[in-house]
Amino acid sequence: MGSLGEEVRLDDAGTVVRLLPEHRVIMDLIAEGSRVLDLGCGEGDLLLAMKIKKNVRPEGIELDEACIQSCVAKGLFNVHHGDLDEGLADYPDKSIDDVILTNTIQVLHRPLLLIREMARVGKRCIVSFPNFAHWPVRWQLFRHGRMPKTGKLPHEWYETLNIHLTTIIDFREFCRKAGLHILQEIPLRTSGPGRRSVVQYFPNLRADSAIFVLEAGPAQATGPAASH
Amino acid sequence: MEDQGSVGIVKTQSLTFAEPPQEMLLECGRSFGPITLAYETYGELSPAKDNAILILHALSGDAHAAGFNSPHERHPGWWDIMIGPGKAFDTRKYFVICSNVIGGCKSSTGPSSINPQTGRPYALDFPMVTIHDMVNAQRALIDHLGIDQLLCAVGGSMGGMQVLQWVVSYPERIRLAIPIATTSKLSSQGIAFNEVGRQAIQSDPHWREGDYYGKSVPRRGLAIARMIGHITYLSEKSMHQKFGRKLQDKAAYGYDFRTDFQVESYLRYKGDHFVNRFDANSYLYISKAMDYFDLAQPYDNLEQAFAKVKAKFLVISFSSDWLFPSYQSKEIVSACRRVGAEAIYTEIQTDYGHDAFLLESGQLTSLITNFLTHGKEAS
Repeated sequence: MGSLGEEVRLDDAGTVVRLLPEHRVIMDLIAEGSRVLDLGCGEGDLLLAMKIKKNVRPEGIELDEACIQSCVAKGLFNVHHGDLDEGLADYPDKSIDDVILTNTIQVLHRPLLLIREMARVGKRCIVSFPNFAHWPVRWQLFRHGRMPKTGKLPHEWYETLNIHLTTIIDFREFCRKAGLHILQEIPLRTSGPGRRSVVQYFPNLRADSAIFVLEAGPAQATGPAASH
Repeated sequence: MEDQGSVGIVKTQSLTFAEPPQEMLLECGRSFGPITLAYETYGELSPAKDNAILILHALSGDAHAAGFNSPHERHPGWWDIMIGPGKAFDTRKYFVICSNVIGGCKSSTGPSSINPQTGRPYALDFPMVTIHDMVNAQRALIDHLGIDQLLCAVGGSMGGMQVLQWVVSYPERIRLAIPIATTSKLSSQGIAFNEVGRQAIQSDPHWREGDYYGKSVPRRGLAIARMIGHITYLSEKSMHQKFGRKLQDKAAYGYDFRTDFQVESYLRYKGDHFVNRFDANSYLYISKAMDYFDLAQPYDNLEQAFAKVKAKFLVISFSSDWLFPSYQSKEIVSACRRVGAEAIYTEIQTDYGHDAFLLESGQLTSLITNFLTHGKEAS
């Protein structure tokens, strides 16, 4: 969704994929030879990159039929046509090393259900999302009194699929509510092609997106499984 | 796709095996033989024998999957859109085998075959056969062709059931499996439609407890069975688009029980046409084999059944298929995930219902082409 990312050549055979800036950060977080599950894997670019560069066993779930076609054309053998709002019932507990959800949590109907499922299935969860507290977003609402539109959130309010937008601060609280332990927070500035930098100061104001690395906490918080 | 061709003129071949006393033990407990299986092949088997693809047909299919059996044949084999030079099952690369089933009526041993012990057709003395028996018979064919391991087994509907049985019964012998629009067990609804079809045949006075060979055949009963089947292979939307309420060769209602609507005419044509090429008893036996199919039944569950599976799967369902709905394909995929077998699953959006696998489809072709190409390379 949104930006198509930047072309990256993966091997001498000339295999090329398109990766978003946050994909490249996530690549660095993945251990060699691990089993990864990319939720909303799109056309499989990140999965293929991790397969070739990190020798992972790649798996993906994707709602769009055309995207599945693209994944199969890339030689990915574990992609499933499915709806993330239905959860991950087919996956046994802790069967995946890293469960990845990039730039997708905001379109889910039941984000709390899925994040709990991710923590059940995965030893770690890696979640990226656009930060709705980024200053240009705040500015549009504050100065102009208009629904914000940015490079990451380009749609009109009545057309957007982004129904559950969040901020870095709110996401921390969401993790606490879901009973997840935050291993790492990576606030990012990704403006401009190929550019990415970690935001050191005032991340909730200055980062346009963030990556959280999570694991199931020692005790699961009690609360409803569904978020609505 | 630019360079597609036909496999041309092909000859249906046959293999006879299980000659007494080396009969094949059937699932029902009976030993049975000899068995003749009709098959066709297209393309060349590679010297390493690693490019063989087994095509498995549905209830009313046969061994003639591609090309023409004679220059005068009007229509090519039943999956000609998928098999041939430059097509999904590219005969320039792959050795494609299409096997008929035991119980069939197209040159394979079935109820219309002569029982060597009596010199008369078996009729209802033919043993009850199952999907498992069909697969065991095909294994004899694959052995005969000198193939240790198939690159791929593929089929839709009942053909998909055979694919699943193949990977469970002979896990070492299949590298890639493509079950299409199928299920690991026939649903109650599926059994119900099959039973109505069988009742139509059995209540035709010409059926005579199956002993109609050499006499008049139960045309009406078989035609009705086919009409019912055909309704279940289409979707409500595709029927509406194809026929609507259009009238057949008339401008106004006839106010009688002759054909008014195009859809009636179409079903009658399909029914009548089928009677000329299919044996009513074969329909009874093969539909019953589908009813009995429950892959997990000898095990605790489907995961147990899949425990030894080594193949990579490409599981495909069709959004408007209400006879073998997508959830049944998802159950197969779900079991694959739980046992760690590699599986691609996709539901193709289409209005054409269960029969969609027989129709021209860019999605189906590209999925299969890419899956075979990458699957052949992968270890």
